[in-house]
Amino acid sequence: MLANRKLILAHFSFAFAVFGVALTLGAWQMFIRSPIGTWLSNPELYYRSLTAHGTVMGYVFPTLVAMGFGYAISESALEQRLVGVRWAWTGFWLIVFGSVMAVTPIALGRASVLYTFYPPLIGNLFYYLGVVLVVVGSWIWVALMSINLRVWRNAHPGAPVPLAMFANVAGSYLWAWTAVGAALELLLQIIPVAAGLKNTIDAGLARIFFSWTLHAIVYFWLMPTYIAYYTIVPRAIGGRVYSDTMARISFILFLVVAMPIGMHHTFADPQVGAGFKFIHSAFTALVALPTLLTVFTICASVEIAARLRGGRGLFGWIRALPWDNPMLLALAFSFVMLGFGGAGGLINMSYQLDASIHNTQWITGHFHLIFGGAIVIMYFAIAYDLWPHLTGREMIDVRLIRTQLWLWFIGMIVTTFPWHWVGILGMPRRMAYFDFGDPAIAPQALSVIFSVIGGFILLASGILFLVILARGMRAPQADAGAYRFAIAVHQPTTVPVALNTHALWVALMIALTITNYGYPILNLATTAGTSVPAVYVGAQ
Amino acid sequence: MGTRDLFTFSNPHFARGVGITAAILILTAIAGFIVLPFAQPWVQFANVWDAICSAAGVPQRAASVTAPEQAKRLSEVVLTSHTLSRPSQEAIGRGATLAQRCAICHGPTGISRADSPNLAGQYAAVIYKELFDFRSGARSNAVMSPFAVNLTDEEIADLSNYYAYLPRLPAYHPTPQLPKPNIVIYGAPMRGIAPCGACHGSLDNKTGSPWLEGQSEAYMKAQLQAFASGERHNDISQQMRNIARAMTPQEIEAAAAYYASQPPEVVKAVD
Ligand code: HEM
Ligand SMILES: [Cu+2]
Repeated sequence: MLANRKLILAHFSFAFAVFGVALTLGAWQMFIRSPIGTWLSNPELYYRSLTAHGTVMGYVFPTLVAMGFGYAISESALEQRLVGVRWAWTGFWLIVFGSVMAVTPIALGRASVLYTFYPPLIGNLFYYLGVVLVVVGSWIWVALMSINLRVWRNAHPGAPVPLAMFANVAGSYLWAWTAVGAALELLLQIIPVAAGLKNTIDAGLARIFFSWTLHAIVYFWLMPTYIAYYTIVPRAIGGRVYSDTMARISFILFLVVAMPIGMHHTFADPQVGAGFKFIHSAFTALVALPTLLTVFTICASVEIAARLRGGRGLFGWIRALPWDNPMLLALAFSFVMLGFGGAGGLINMSYQLDASIHNTQWITGHFHLIFGGAIVIMYFAIAYDLWPHLTGREMIDVRLIRTQLWLWFIGMIVTTFPWHWVGILGMPRRMAYFDFGDPAIAPQALSVIFSVIGGFILLASGILFLVILARGMRAPQADAGAYRFAIAVHQPTTVPVALNTHALWVALMIALTITNYGYPILNLATTAGTSVPAVYVGAQ
Repeated sequence: MGTRDLFTFSNPHFARGVGITAAILILTAIAGFIVLPFAQPWVQFANVWDAICSAAGVPQRAASVTAPEQAKRLSEVVLTSHTLSRPSQEAIGRGATLAQRCAICHGPTGISRADSPNLAGQYAAVIYKELFDFRSGARSNAVMSPFAVNLTDEEIADLSNYYAYLPRLPAYHPTPQLPKPNIVIYGAPMRGIAPCGACHGSLDNKTGSPWLEGQSEAYMKAQLQAFASGERHNDISQQMRNIARAMTPQEIEAAAAYYASQPPEVVKAVD
């Protein structure tokens, strides 16, 4: 039974409301810079929108989903009332307040710096302070997850921590540590300049700090999705988790290797030594491992469900799956997008291949496919699955849910495949205008138009998602019972201490951060003459 | 079970976790810092330590190569958006006195009656930079240079503040307003030309870029041609030379004619 439904509902509602707004901006961006939109004659409006879209989609929306889901996991998997409810509300309101504080200067055109901050470009101070508040709010959640687990451990000494909670806390630690990079960048470098205390900035060092955050943040976004793969889907389709141990190892690997690899975002940066770029590239290759383990384990878990339903044969069992079940549909779509996105990722992480797609539309196509596609479609699934438990009402629109998932999947493919393609042809990202009348880029016009169509399909799907949730709040009341997670084929009775606690893996994560980031940061911080004058948004 | 049982090599998870991580780190470090640097036949390293330092990104000064002698003097001015941002009344007053000797060419109200640039209401940082460059020789002009050589730093600042303070007036011979040509609002992305308006107003303003509305057409055309040929070279990091070189003669005409035809009211009010 979820005791703090209001808290969880507040997180999800705010997350999905801002998602709706940012999604609309995304579709508009795609349209306005395409051959069928008319040029705005003012690129500033485009960058304003892009900053808002990126800030909301990157910082606010996934953080709130992870938090709300985390609270739900803590209460239901541990079967224990949440400890620190007041603090949880404080964290929530900090995020709401921070989001408003960040978005206001963006809307006024005072902070069109894009969500990656782009130093030496400097926007209005309140934009950065708003982002800091969002992060601080989420750190409260990290602390609460840790505390709740500790309270549970004291009451259940030596017992195996339920998988969902183990993974959830791993994700929260990953986030706590990875956010430190951007926090250092903001507090030591950007905010002093935005507040007028300094007027030069070391843009190279700032980029290194940001890369510290930029990769592992993606795995933080991914955590709720992976938790849903392991602990929701098998239960929803009547299967079993194939291996609880394998699941734990995957989450542990994410914790250790997602962090020390962020410099694959700075392959083209001259201020980083090539040796460090190589190490980061090699560790990036390792991060594919937990994903491959996951794909294997989940396929096996799904096969168990099919065989329990009478499926036979080497592949014949696939037909026996409950294909009308939205959870299965979401999983299948998510895996397909993960597969294509992962293949693209192999190109991004290869030093030489990266050079040909660096800063092109390929990159935006890639992360929309992985993040907007594979990850967000599981956020939808989580919301659908939890909604009856939060509202105390039935979810009656199963057909609409299936339609919504199909639309998101189709929309994402139609949007991102041509998006990758024009990137390969060399179309740069983060440009407000393209002259498709120029013979040199006219052949790309058709691909971009496809992306626009895909974008509007996504928008339709997003609106449908919000409608379904809203209708779910008015449906007839029904008791959904206790919220449960999938159980494993062999439910663990004892787990080795290393697979039941996080300390060792957090220590390795920090150690690798020091080996892989320590010298480059020290070197840049102590080299004189590496700062450049800040460029203030709106100043002439 | 506490952390004492966890952090010990007798715990197989600890031993394996730490061992594998360390092994991967060491192997990748050997590859990245030693093997790969030496695999580049076009780079020479004195020894292994040299290769490691290079791969780690230690800043190095190549001892044998001396910086090439600069044939032309380049601008040494550093501008930030705070340069001369809050002038005092006295500074403006002193500037007004000094400006009397500029009036023959730049006009008593800062609006030129010849084809010299109009200065009334121009950004202070712009005038400041040009005077510095004339003084240092980074920019030269038979008429202007002799005026600049004897100015002190303070006089340059005062003059800049004074002209920035003057109201923006219409050109001496206003022409009918022309529509925006593509080069001004779109630039030419395929030739790497950003829109003129992205720095010079119309779209946005960037520090050190003058606003151009109502400026003499002949003057702007001459400057663009001088940038294109490299005869004028005081633009920081070749910002304008790179653009002007890639512009077609027609684009130069169109941009100059467009800006000359604009009344000063359309200058974006940003200050
Ligand atoms: C209707 C669906 C969407 C469309 C059409 C869309 C479109 C866009 C466009 C055109 C850009 C700018 C790319 C550029 O010019 O460089 C962008 C950026 C971005 N989008 Fe989306 N988007 C959509 C949905 C999403 C979703 C669901 C997410 C994640 C939850 C997301 C996350 C981001 C982020 C983080 C950026 C910032 C990229 C940057 O600053 O370079 N978008 N989007
Ligand atoms: Cu990354």
